[in-house]
Amino acid sequence: MTATFIHPLTGFVEKTFVITEFELRKLRHDFTELVTRALQPALWLLVFGQVFARSGAMRTGNIPYLDFIAPGILAQSVLFVAIFYGINVIWERDLGIVQKFLASPTPRAALVLGKGFSAGIRTLSQAIVVYGLSLLVGVKLNWSPLALLNVLTVVVLAATLFSTFSLIIACIVKTRERFMGVGQVLTMPLFFASNAIYPTTLMPGWLKIISQLNPLTYVVDALRTFMLAGSTSTFGLSHDYAVILLTTIILVLIGARLYPHLAT
Amino acid sequence: MSPGLAGFLMSDVVLEIKALTRRFGAFTAVDAVTLSVNAGEVFALLGSNGAGKTTTIKMLTTLLPPSAGEARVAGFSITTQAVDVRRAIGYVPQAVSVDGSLTGYENLLIFAKLYDLPRGERQARIGEALEFMNLTADGGRLVNQYSGGMVRRLEIAQSTLHRPRVLFLDEPTVGLDPIARDAVWKHLVDLRTNYGTTLFFTTHYLEEAQSYCDRIAIMHLGKVAALGTCQELEASLGGDGHTLDEVFAHYAGSTLDSGGNFRDVSAERATAQRLG
Repeated sequence: MTATFIHPLTGFVEKTFVITEFELRKLRHDFTELVTRALQPALWLLVFGQVFARSGAMRTGNIPYLDFIAPGILAQSVLFVAIFYGINVIWERDLGIVQKFLASPTPRAALVLGKGFSAGIRTLSQAIVVYGLSLLVGVKLNWSPLALLNVLTVVVLAATLFSTFSLIIACIVKTRERFMGVGQVLTMPLFFASNAIYPTTLMPGWLKIISQLNPLTYVVDALRTFMLAGSTSTFGLSHDYAVILLTTIILVLIGARLYPHLAT
Repeated sequence: MSPGLAGFLMSDVVLEIKALTRRFGAFTAVDAVTLSVNAGEVFALLGSNGAGKTTTIKMLTTLLPPSAGEARVAGFSITTQAVDVRRAIGYVPQAVSVDGSLTGYENLLIFAKLYDLPRGERQARIGEALEFMNLTADGGRLVNQYSGGMVRRLEIAQSTLHRPRVLFLDEPTVGLDPIARDAVWKHLVDLRTNYGTTLFFTTHYLEEAQSYCDRIAIMHLGKVAALGTCQELEASLGGDGHTLDEVFAHYAGSTLDSGGNFRDVSAERATAQRLG
């Protein structure tokens, strides 16, 4: 045994990055996932977006509809990728991997956040895909380095948030079948009860209230502000960031409490 | 053994279990288990499926909180000093616990980092562990290309990298062919010889318990039905020439194959399939 004293917080941050590092190393061996994931945003932007833009049914103020939904589709694809992340944990539980990590002195919160953060970095490929598609359909993007940096930050945070949420579901349902069911049930309501593909001003009152409780709404608002040239935030960027960060922290704490249940 | 040495070993209790109990609803999986294991001992927990072996190991490795009772591992309480216990132990679960999408080397590296092995020592330790488990040539290969025996040896390397005082193994040789089983055991015995690691394992295979264990506990319906060396247990039946099979049938009231629920059996088969 090696008895070295390590400050709890330094230890936590260090272990989080160890978990992230190895999750990302696994990615190196499987690139097909990145390609198949590019398909869905393409459908939404090139098919759904084009048709609705032409119909003129969506009143999106002074922003063209395709510009309006491009950040929404980025947020949506981050959500869709992250929300199924928990299935990996169930897989690792069916093997003995989760148990072995839990029997190690690694802080539980580091196990949870490390995985969430790696999911965050993995979804960055979605940003590249959506930017490429946006260029293709003529969305007016904001190319300032600061704006781009913020887009990347919001994408990583949002994916961390939703993948941690997914991990919590996995800790509760514990089987792949139930997990897939719950995942399917959750994604569409989260997506539709947000400002991703239509402005909240078009929503009936009850839906507007739900959309304001939905973290995805703030992710979309932040992405829309940073991605588009000359767009302004509905809720205020610091408000968006605060909601996203706080929700992530709360979810990581809940996840850290529930994660040990996977080993029982 | 000299009295002095025996006295020293007796005082060096590395695992002390007192009335350890785990209930799941109305069902008592582990029922007031009391036993102690000395440092450097090889100790086997025998029993049919569902006898409470895995639940006991899960409590000792801090994965499952006990409903009642207490245990101290390497001097630390499993309930109030869980993190200290985790630093002092290694754990090889029954199911495959290395990551197939990483190389053997990477699987070891992540644990070297998680257990805070000093940066300067990591490479040497990993190299040594690979060599010790006869995996040096395969360290750079993805683990999903390993054979079952290699996977088990890598798992043992991974969980002993930090030189734990106690190594817990849940059915370490399930699903392995006899040659691979022997190889795994050769390395386990070497661990004890070279590093004084205490081995606490569960098994189905009586012959393994007989060949490699200092002492055995037979579990039946959550309780310790018998405890002692193989010879002691065989003698306890009275008369001569009793086999361990007979001892088992006597104390567990059945043969090894009966018992267990669907989940136990399917988990075991799945492991056997992945390793085979």
